[in-house]
Amino acid sequence: MTELLEVEDLVVELFDGAEWVRALDGVSFTVAPGEIVGFIGESGSGKSTAVNAVARLLPASARGSGSIRFDGRDVLAFRQRELARFRSEELGMVFQDPRASVNPVTTVGEYVTEGLRKTKRMPRAAAYARAEQLLGEVGIAEPAQRLAEYPHQLSGGMLQRAVIAAALSTDPRLMLADEATTALDVTRQAEIAAILRAATRERGLGTIFITHDLELAGALCDRICVMYRGRIVEQLPAEELHGGARHPYTLALLRSRPSIEERMPRLPTITAADREAFLTAPAVAAGGVGGASASEASTSEASASEGGAR
Amino acid sequence: MPRFIAIRVLEGLATLLVSSFLIFGALYLAPGDPLSYLIGNRTLSDEAIAALREQYHLDDPFLVRWVAWLGDVLSGDLGRSITYRDDVLSLLGPRLATTTLLIAYALVVIVVIGVGLGIVAALSRRALSDVILAGTSIGVAIPSFVAASTLISVFAVGLGWFPAFGPGDGFFDRLYHLTLPVIALTLASGSYVIRVTRAALREEAARDQVKAAVARGLPRGTIIGRHILRNGLTPVATVVGLTLTSLIVGSVVVERAFALDGIGALLTEAVAKKDFGVVQAICLLLITAVVIVVLIVDVIQVVIDPRVRERQGIAA
Repeated sequence: MTELLEVEDLVVELFDGAEWVRALDGVSFTVAPGEIVGFIGESGSGKSTAVNAVARLLPASARGSGSIRFDGRDVLAFRQRELARFRSEELGMVFQDPRASVNPVTTVGEYVTEGLRKTKRMPRAAAYARAEQLLGEVGIAEPAQRLAEYPHQLSGGMLQRAVIAAALSTDPRLMLADEATTALDVTRQAEIAAILRAATRERGLGTIFITHDLELAGALCDRICVMYRGRIVEQLPAEELHGGARHPYTLALLRSRPSIEERMPRLPTITAADREAFLTAPAVAAGGVGGASASEASTSEASASEGGAR
Repeated sequence: MPRFIAIRVLEGLATLLVSSFLIFGALYLAPGDPLSYLIGNRTLSDEAIAALREQYHLDDPFLVRWVAWLGDVLSGDLGRSITYRDDVLSLLGPRLATTTLLIAYALVVIVVIGVGLGIVAALSRRALSDVILAGTSIGVAIPSFVAASTLISVFAVGLGWFPAFGPGDGFFDRLYHLTLPVIALTLASGSYVIRVTRAALREEAARDQVKAAVARGLPRGTIIGRHILRNGLTPVATVVGLTLTSLIVGSVVVERAFALDGIGALLTEAVAKKDFGVVQAICLLLITAVVIVVLIVDVIQVVIDPRVRERQGIAA
């Protein structure tokens, strides 16, 4: 299978105001068409940084090394114009909070059709017709009426569907879902996950799905990358997450969830000694889909070449 | 929407009613007798004084006079000026033109230069933004009367580029004459508008929604126009509206400084001479202008931001 996205040995350092923080420390992964790759790990482990690096959305001050190749093209070498084309034609992004990512002062229709009208120069009427069809596809009833409404008139789940419809409107090949279900309640989460899955399969998208929810990741994704402190410590097929995981961090993560089978008076916590063990344990790469290779836990020197968005 | 406007108009009318009472009451309580200006140095018989007091309703109880005055105002009669011995309305007419032009000119400057520089400061690189910001720090600190005398001594007396006083004849000559007064009037408020605009747009530019728009690969113009400016318009419209009300009040000082024959100059003169009819009429006029501006700002807010409509419970 040819890979859609290949990220190799990506190092990103961000300046937090006082010092440089290594947000990604030699991350390598691939995404194939029609495949959902899940990223799990705690807050600050680098999941979002990895996705933002792919879309070149990191702050201008970010630095680093490594390569990001989309369909064989070097994403980090894109100039302004190519970058805008890459984002508008190849990428679809869904963020955590639909309320924050949709412009609240214009109608849902304006939002959903904006990409088509502004980057593909589609006439307004045609764009609205397409948007209506897309809203239907993501399971929104009475799409024409919804398009005329304002974002605050839609529920969170409904609005997130509209965001997905907007992301799909330009027929992207890579979907980046950064905690797309985190802000929603459980039922909506499952629905949004199902929509993403259907879109991935039917359209042959490559999808990166970031989540905190291990169960959801296990059920939705084909392959899972477990991140810890800016590294992918384990990559494994989703069905092996329970039972097949070998890296101590993954195991600790799996242990630290409440179980519905047994009573646990207290959930296990991660200690300083554990942290040491997570970092020193070698990264685990299960020979999974797409022949992905996990990064070695090595720290290559960050070169001065730019790693983020310009 | 019509319901919302109707409610706001009623609120505005209530404000006017209360302020008319306060204005009238304040002048009623103010020391000094307008009659002494009326009589001057002449000696009049008691009958003549009584007749004058009768003519100007000076002996009626306060509430009766207030209601009578209000009735006159509503029927278009703003009363008579004691010093000019003329209808207040005909005194206001020509002066209103000067003041209106002054304020309109100042408003255009505020919107074009104030908001314009605010946009530039918000979107430009750090260095330019800092220069504009430093300029506004000085600008906001200069009161209009200081600005007025400095501008007169430098540009009118020193360099002779602009006339020092008078309203001018014909439209363009008037604009030319009003340029220095407008600068004096807008220096502080314009600087304030620049700062608020910059802050509002910076805040909008940092929102996730803008990041999402960037991630969609939208053209830069679209992101600036439809996501940053469009959303930052609400605070900017509010501050421009508030500034306009301060311009209306500030024009009193500037007109005095530049010897412009406007409402403000008439007001200061009328206060000095206890010409109550004129003072009352002008105060009421200024308050009416402020109430109208506030009403317009409210309506603009509702038009540009659907969330405000939602809060106010208005159907679009």
